[in-house]
Amino acid sequence: MLGYAARRLIMLLPVCLGVLVLTFFLLQLIPGDPAVALSGPNAPPEVVEELRVQMGLDKSLPVQFGLYLLRVVRGDLGVSILSRLSVSSEIHRVFGATMELTIASMAWSVPLAVLAGIVSAVTRGSLIDKGMMALALMGVSLPLFWVGLMLIWLLGFQLNWLPISGRGATWTLDGLRHLTLPALTLGANLVGRFSRVTRATVLEVLRQDYIRTARAKGVAERVVLYRHALRNAALPIVTLIGLQFGWLLGGAVVTETVFSWPGMGRHVIKAILAKDYPMAQGIILVMAMLFVLINLGVDLLYAALDPRVKYT
Amino acid sequence: MTGQWKDQLRLLLRDRVAVGGLIVIMLFVGAALFAPWVAPYDPTELVAKTLLPPGPGHWLGTDEVGRDILSRVIYGARISLTVGLVSTAIGLTGGMVIGMIAGYYRGLDNLIMRVMDIMLAIPGILLAVAVVAVLGPGMYNVMIGVGVGAIPEFARLTRSVTLGIREQDFVQAAESMGASDLRILFTHIMRNVFPTIIVYGSQYLAGAILSASTLSFLGLGVQPPAAEWGAMVNQGRYFLRQSVYLSLFPSLAIFLIVMAFNLVGDALRDVLDPRLRGSL
Repeated sequence: MLGYAARRLIMLLPVCLGVLVLTFFLLQLIPGDPAVALSGPNAPPEVVEELRVQMGLDKSLPVQFGLYLLRVVRGDLGVSILSRLSVSSEIHRVFGATMELTIASMAWSVPLAVLAGIVSAVTRGSLIDKGMMALALMGVSLPLFWVGLMLIWLLGFQLNWLPISGRGATWTLDGLRHLTLPALTLGANLVGRFSRVTRATVLEVLRQDYIRTARAKGVAERVVLYRHALRNAALPIVTLIGLQFGWLLGGAVVTETVFSWPGMGRHVIKAILAKDYPMAQGIILVMAMLFVLINLGVDLLYAALDPRVKYT
Repeated sequence: MTGQWKDQLRLLLRDRVAVGGLIVIMLFVGAALFAPWVAPYDPTELVAKTLLPPGPGHWLGTDEVGRDILSRVIYGARISLTVGLVSTAIGLTGGMVIGMIAGYYRGLDNLIMRVMDIMLAIPGILLAVAVVAVLGPGMYNVMIGVGVGAIPEFARLTRSVTLGIREQDFVQAAESMGASDLRILFTHIMRNVFPTIIVYGSQYLAGAILSASTLSFLGLGVQPPAAEWGAMVNQGRYFLRQSVYLSLFPSLAIFLIVMAFNLVGDALRDVLDPRLRGSL
């Protein structure tokens, strides 16, 4: 198992390097001189030139990439043009907020979606199944920003129950109140997406020969479901949870913007709109790495959970 | 039309939900094509008092500068459908060519698919945001952003289908008869890959419309005063407390068209792959 984990980590290196190349060249493609952007429009030419040398922009592109790589490995992602603070420290400041939001959304939506998916699959073709799948389809068709705005309108403006923007202190009632609307918004779509795939996974398992055999042997339907079907459906579902994480990070960009939630998603949009490219580049890099690592974690969990899977 | 296609079309038209979706799509396509005749006003013209609630004369009300919301929603169908179709076409074409090459030339397979893996490591909407950041906001750049974001998924699917097709007798027969690689790829393989990709494309269309409206909502897509649904919701959010309909109606339009494409996409998949019927 440890050997497998080490091999998977090594296999990640080319992907990480590729993401670094992609984010580096994205910055290069953007028109304009980062040194001018950082020093401001009225800076004298000698100051801009000095900054260019300081940032390594006077060197060739491969050398610049090498320097960028060395900096990233040391955890230095450059300086934000907007705040003049180091990008790493800025990301460190907002990282927790995004994690809090995504984990809270998953905490309520994944169990609900798994339950809805299983009930739908087991009662396939019934009114319950049709009703739940219609709701799920509505969930995936609703724009995330609209769900957020309608929740703000209803629970914030009309009923005045919950705060509509910002973030409270973690682990306090105020923090929980601030978290509720964004987490409901981000999770609503996930319930729709995830209940559909859970249902498909359970149906796939229910079609297997060993289920038919169990039924033919006269095993009670409840035992067939709990002992045979759900146990086997659990593993693909775990994998799918990991895959949804990438979508959640994308969804966080929208949700954080709607609720002024001070996380990476809101900051990346702010950075792009303000042309703060080091910041945007840094956040995209961190989000991509996070997604890659989560997928690795899911793979390892799969290996640990499933005794049939032998990794060589 | 061959017998198989006729059967599949008949099956599709027997699905009442899919027919409902098709009707909604046709209504929106009709609104987009005939917008100048259907819409009561010009979408950018200031025609009445600001923030009028829905009522006679302005059935969906007026916005913060006095433009007719119904006219803007109708004209918005033009932009959303165009952006959805073009960006899906970009993703489909790019992904199909890349996927066919990866599946056919095994020597290139590993390299191409690792590049696709790297692109897949960045969430789709974030990749689109990054592309728009480089190119600048605007309708054409949104199409490119959303389309580029779709390429890896189309490539992965095409590759897996190509891998199966290239081993089939008719491809090997063509090879032994001396057909060029280009001919094999773009005649024999593409013809067989296309049905699968088209089904996935019809499902992706819904996602492309959602992504494009999301980019506009974030201020990175189609810019005001153009009547784009996502941009309209974004402008309306500042008046949410007193005039919720500013955001409500364009969102409803997005929801309806996305739902319709999802329904038709699901039904198309069921018809073409009966094994999956009713499973998703």
